[in-house]
Amino acid sequence: MATQHSRSAARLMMAPAVILLLGWMLVPLTMTLYFSFKKYLPLRGGDLGWVGFDNYTRFITSSAFWPSIQATLIIVGSVLAITVVLGVLLAILLDQPMWGQGVVRILVIAPFFVMPTVSALVWKNMFMDPVNGLFAHLWNAFGLTPVEWLSQASLTSIVMIVSWQWLPFATLILLTAIQSLDSEQLEAAEMDGAPPLYRFAYITLPHLARAITIVVLIQTIFLLSIFAEILVTTQGSFGTKTLTYLVYQRVLESQNVGLGSAGGVYAVILANIIALFLMRIVGKNLDA
Amino acid sequence: MSRTVTTQRKAINTALAWGIGLLIFFPILWTFLTSFKTEATAIADPPVFLFFDWTLENYSVVTERSDYARFLWNSIFIAGGSTILGIIVAVPAAWSMAFVPSHRTKDILLWMLSTKMLPAVGVLYPIYLLFIKMGLLDSRLGLTLVLMLINLPIIVWMLYTYFREIPGEILEAARMDGATLRSEIIYVLTPMAVPGIASTLLLNFILAWNEAFWTLNLTAAKAAPLTAFIASYSSPEGLFYAKLSAASTMAIAPILILGWFSQKQLVRGLTFGAVK
Amino acid sequence: MGQITLEKVTKKFGNVEVIPPLDLTIHDGEFTVFVGPSGCGKSTLLRLIAGLEDMTSGTLRIDGQDATAIPPAKRGLAMVFQSYALYPHMSVRKNIAFPMRMAGVDQATQNAKIDAAAKALNLTDYLDRRPGQLSGGQRQRVAIGRAIVREPSAFLFDEPLSNLDAALRVGMRLEISELHKKLATTMVYVTHDQVEAMTMADKIVVLRAGHIEQVGSPLELYHTPRNTFVAGFIGSPKMNLIDGAEAEKHDAHTIGIRPEHIDVDAQGGPWQGKVGVAEHLGSDTFFHIHDTGLAETITVRAPGEVSFDHGDTVFLTPRDDKIHRFNAEGLRFS
Repeated sequence: MATQHSRSAARLMMAPAVILLLGWMLVPLTMTLYFSFKKYLPLRGGDLGWVGFDNYTRFITSSAFWPSIQATLIIVGSVLAITVVLGVLLAILLDQPMWGQGVVRILVIAPFFVMPTVSALVWKNMFMDPVNGLFAHLWNAFGLTPVEWLSQASLTSIVMIVSWQWLPFATLILLTAIQSLDSEQLEAAEMDGAPPLYRFAYITLPHLARAITIVVLIQTIFLLSIFAEILVTTQGSFGTKTLTYLVYQRVLESQNVGLGSAGGVYAVILANIIALFLMRIVGKNLDA
Repeated sequence: MSRTVTTQRKAINTALAWGIGLLIFFPILWTFLTSFKTEATAIADPPVFLFFDWTLENYSVVTERSDYARFLWNSIFIAGGSTILGIIVAVPAAWSMAFVPSHRTKDILLWMLSTKMLPAVGVLYPIYLLFIKMGLLDSRLGLTLVLMLINLPIIVWMLYTYFREIPGEILEAARMDGATLRSEIIYVLTPMAVPGIASTLLLNFILAWNEAFWTLNLTAAKAAPLTAFIASYSSPEGLFYAKLSAASTMAIAPILILGWFSQKQLVRGLTFGAVK
Repeated sequence: MGQITLEKVTKKFGNVEVIPPLDLTIHDGEFTVFVGPSGCGKSTLLRLIAGLEDMTSGTLRIDGQDATAIPPAKRGLAMVFQSYALYPHMSVRKNIAFPMRMAGVDQATQNAKIDAAAKALNLTDYLDRRPGQLSGGQRQRVAIGRAIVREPSAFLFDEPLSNLDAALRVGMRLEISELHKKLATTMVYVTHDQVEAMTMADKIVVLRAGHIEQVGSPLELYHTPRNTFVAGFIGSPKMNLIDGAEAEKHDAHTIGIRPEHIDVDAQGGPWQGKVGVAEHLGSDTFFHIHDTGLAETITVRAPGEVSFDHGDTVFLTPRDDKIHRFNAEGLRFS
């Protein structure tokens, strides 16, 4: 397959994609790095000179920083845990013989296709509103005081909304993985006298390990950068300010570009730590 | 695997699965139903499900008030344009990596995926600034380019996994049969990869349609797609649930339908072919 | 015309030398088979001839002309792949037409050639089907049809029968042989199956680790294998190779005797052993004899039905004129 001719053609054909992505990565990142060492306030005097690592120390020592890291990790971690656990259970359920399997599948997948602004607004208003929301009606029906979801249980609410969006993804992938399990393996285990729970723990679950890894990887990519869900619900108040949202506020809302850029660099570093860890897993899968 | 399952067992499974399925689907169903209610019915306590006076009024109000057609067209333009551009750039790259792999192929693929992990906020201001300088802010073209770039890694990956399933011998046969590289790609590879390319198109259209960081931050009145259209409902005036529901239904319906049609291919696409 | 000459051809993958310097001439019209165990470089050699791999060094000549740098499409060779490599999205007719379409042959000529090829290969009724709707043997014939219409100066076959079941394989073997007789075009055929090599070839090239171990007609290889490797590889069941004292009696390091050149009876003979497994084929009986003190197992082929059972003691008599002698390097001497 690999002659000199085809190899040089291949390099040529790969060039556009590589150059575009390289540009997309390097140009703005370099600019962010550049701004992060400057006091730069576009609306209040513009470029006010170099300040060394000032922005970095100020960003990390600001009272909003650690809470934002915490909020980010809580949201990503909780959503991952919820979607993987419920996803496995739901996938197993959907794999059982039943009537109308196709329709149920469609129902379960649907939330994945709902755009983030829609799902956030629908949940915020029609379900979580303390006066007119369905949850409030439900709580009233049982004689309880309605919860002010987005202020009293703000992180929980965001986790709920985001989990609802991503549960279909996890379920669909895990279901596909379960269906690819060779039924002879399970039958062999049954012949060997393994009860159902053991068959699940020693055969189904290990078989799912790879799929779970992939679910975690891909969801992490997307979850680290959730934005619209916060913008249209709490706008970062009540402890839901993630790192992404904090940087957004510094850069576009208060137009403190230097400080925001330093925050952006932190976000890049955080993402890279996780990415490095995940890349290793994907790389291994790539060889298989 | 042909063991008889008792009807009772099957009935329990069915009831459980349908119950959970409907629970998960409920917010969408509720939105859909609410879009046909009057504002007063929409917040009625206890809630009304099916037995109300169905009205299309919300749809006409929403369409008139906010120029729905323009947002819709922006969404179609941006999602469609970025996907097609992405495919044009990605097909040759994926061909190279799938059929002429070198020891660096794996590194390049992983690197591409890693650019997808780059947090958008890290480059928000530079992009914002560049867009102002180049006059791309609030333009469909600018947004199309950005969405193409953020989805390019996924497009390349998906195509790569589809191409890898095409036996290299077939392309070699074409080469022996006298095909040039160009005719090899046009007459042999592309027709064989049509299903893969189609599902790549579909998935990336959906991802671009629902993208809500850049579409919210880089557009204002002119180029805003449906994501921004909906976000404009986040600061409500008066009773608005029914109108919100109508607007939401119109924003998600096209994608929901596309998504249902494509659910089989989605898994592959979303997992970079790692789960089959 | 189709004479293929390889001069000092080498191939390296990275630092691994797959083909050490190799010289070989394939004459026009010859049916040449490359045979050897898997990983011996036979497929690589074929792909070098096809131009699907670059040679690291050396020269390839086709009809005397230097073809080293010519791309595969321009070498005038046609190839039949192991997986047939049919285009799944095209009908049989379009598959066969593809090389002509690429060469810009006019429609009328295309149709005439397709019809002729389809008739010769019994594919006329299947021209409008897709490859997926055909059986393995039919697919194989489509692949051959696609090769024929190019009127190549040589056909290259890369293990073309290995995906067929045993019965079909025998049939296709005959068809390819007949095609060769009819077209009288050079054919280069790669296989790991020595039976295919023996039955089809004019000339067999036995390869091991990229080296040519021996080149010759099937019967030359059978009667005078150049070394112990060829001796063991050609012929079925395998030649018995015996070291040690028994070999020294013949002034050799190793002696070889084919199973069909050993007589077996219950009365007496120079060698003695116990029957392990007896395989009754009807036409022949194969005995695997243990405890001879010569080698772990001695295989004997007796014509017709001979009834010895597991555990019977038997006597073996090798025919002295059929004993092959090899020196310490494994090379034949006489």
